[in-house]
Amino acid sequence: MRTDLYQGHDYYLMDELLSEEQKLVRDTVRAWIKKDVSPIIEDAAEKAVFPKHLIRGLAEMGAFGPYIPVEYGGAGLDQISYGLIMQELERCDSGLRSTASVQSSLVMYPIYKYGSEEQRKKYLPKLANGEWIGCFGLTEPDFGSNPGGMVTHFKDMGDHFLLNGTKMWISNAPFAHIAIVWAKNEEGRIHGLIVEREMEGFSTPAMHGKWSLRTSDTGELIFDNVKVPKENLLPNKSGLGAPLGCLDSARYGIAWGVIGVALDCYDVALRYSKERMQFGKPIGAFQLQQKKLAEMITEITKAQLLTFRLGQLRNEGRATSAQISMAKRNNIAMAKEIVSEARQILGAMGITNEFPVMRHMMNLESVITYEGTHDIHLLITGMDITGLDAFK
Amino acid sequence: MKILVCISKVPDTTSKIAFTDGNTHFDENGVQFIVNPYDEWYALVRALEIKESLGGTVTIISVGGADYEPVIRKALAIGADDAVRINADESDSLYIARQIAAYSKDKSFDLVICGKETISYNGSVVPGMVAELLDVPYISLAVKLDVAGDMATVEREVPGGIEVIEAKLPLVLSAAKGMAEQRIPNMRGIMAARSKPLDVVEPVDATVTTSVKGYSLPPAKGAVKMIAPENAGELIRLLHEEAKVI
Ligand SMILES: Cc1cc2nc3c(=O)[nH]c(=O)nc-3n(C[C@H](O)[C@H](O)[C@H](O)COP(=O)(O)OP(=O)(O)OC[C@H]3O[C@@H](n4cnc5c(N)ncnc54)[C@H](O)[C@@H]3O)c2cc1C
Repeated sequence: MRTDLYQGHDYYLMDELLSEEQKLVRDTVRAWIKKDVSPIIEDAAEKAVFPKHLIRGLAEMGAFGPYIPVEYGGAGLDQISYGLIMQELERCDSGLRSTASVQSSLVMYPIYKYGSEEQRKKYLPKLANGEWIGCFGLTEPDFGSNPGGMVTHFKDMGDHFLLNGTKMWISNAPFAHIAIVWAKNEEGRIHGLIVEREMEGFSTPAMHGKWSLRTSDTGELIFDNVKVPKENLLPNKSGLGAPLGCLDSARYGIAWGVIGVALDCYDVALRYSKERMQFGKPIGAFQLQQKKLAEMITEITKAQLLTFRLGQLRNEGRATSAQISMAKRNNIAMAKEIVSEARQILGAMGITNEFPVMRHMMNLESVITYEGTHDIHLLITGMDITGLDAFK
Repeated sequence: MKILVCISKVPDTTSKIAFTDGNTHFDENGVQFIVNPYDEWYALVRALEIKESLGGTVTIISVGGADYEPVIRKALAIGADDAVRINADESDSLYIARQIAAYSKDKSFDLVICGKETISYNGSVVPGMVAELLDVPYISLAVKLDVAGDMATVEREVPGGIEVIEAKLPLVLSAAKGMAEQRIPNMRGIMAARSKPLDVVEPVDATVTTSVKGYSLPPAKGAVKMIAPENAGELIRLLHEEAKVI
């Protein structure tokens, strides 16, 4: 890949709405990406390996659980800072962002929100410093958009629980030290369990052949009569709302993250359009290319405003799940459109790994599906505004 | 070990350079400012490494207006303990050196470390002036710095090799590439920087000895002429007659 020349774009002077710390948070992640990640990311994507050595950098920087309080190993940042971290990570690669958002929103968040004090103390510091990596098991082979139908279940055996079932499509699974597993008890109520790698009967075969999110490892979680100590149950919340609460946090991060993808593609396309000469002038001088670029920055600016406001609401604890769904859905659609236009502006060069565009394009195919598909988020908005449930 | 690190604010290297007021002022509109890389990557990071191995404190000093505070906060986020901003908006090197010397005179710093130059004005003179004003030794363009007891061992790159110098503390030093490696701040450092002390001190009286009369941009790059490899004679002719370089 070429040198990473990325510069942010801020058409509506949104930076003026950010605090000094928030800008420093963003610039810090951007500097780390340019120094340690951009030079290796194309190669990692081509080989379809998660660059594990980056875990240390992510942890040292504080990208794992940034909004978790300092006493548990986090940095105590606000939600807009968290969003900006996700934006800068995904600006480089959605797989990289996925690793960080699973660790933060889907593993540390439920332990912090639903866990006991002992669980918080035992797991959070090690997850924050990257010693342990976690994964989040909700999806099953037969239950994707409809996780409430899950069949993974556990039985109370007196001094422990006995866990059985299979989870599929689980990010970080192949190398995770712990898994937050959502399973039903004998009454059919969903609970979260912390399953540790060493537990007998627990295995995590990797899934291969992905054309998307190639820098993130994905696998299955198989539970074959796994004995889970009773103290590993997350005590403070149960029901489908518990995993959905985690998804709110992760989806919020995705809403910011994909703005990063759009910005990166716009940045590359804008620069290329001023350098590439055809018919004796830069292609950026042709109205058709200007239309594409102008629409890109318009859509990016709208998404930035929407997402910043969502961040304020989240900081105040007022953002609803439906508002988060709207942002996730809107921003991914926006990013997909921009990636595709940017690819065309680059002509043939756009299909190569000299530029990040095609990799982003493939990544977005996962991002539009996981954490609730595009359709599902639309139905959430639909249900929210009509009060009528179209899922069933 | 008490270390003072001088930090300057410079335009990001990708900035578009333009001037205002009849070419007498740098146009800061839309320009991103960063910590001068020689100050941040080498002077500050080496100071922090020394503090981490020998104990002590690292203080940041900047001579500048309130617009300096973001870069000072960044230096605090990277790990400095406290900072002082001399509230003056001046670009004259001697004036700046006088402010730094006046502030540090009675504070018994063991080391004052500056970057070897700013990437904006490339003056390279402030640290030498500070040393003279404090009447302590000065070593420029240091690429390695070790401290043991009250002695510093410093390496400088000289044509064809390395010069090793020893000097007794206190000492002023200018840091060049190689003295340390860039350190990226972390989120906790950023949050901690918020509550670290940043004193604002009014400048002492000092005369301004120079002032900028005007700026101009270098001539625009000319078009590139391509000459076929088999046409070396034409290349020589152009170098003689057009470029007039041979
Ligand atoms: C790379 C990757 C990583 C992932 N990581 C994780 C992870 O870490 N943890 C985890 O638990 N899961 C993870 N997932 C799984 C992901 O969340 C699911 O793929 C997603 O929820 C969709 O489920 P599905 O694939 O079974 O699709 P399905 O639910 O089978 O949906 C197929 C299609 O039907 C549509 N559809 C479904 N129901 C309706 C309806 N009621 N009305 C209209 N249309 C409908 C969907 O929109 C979709 O277009 C990951 C997926 C990928 C691709």
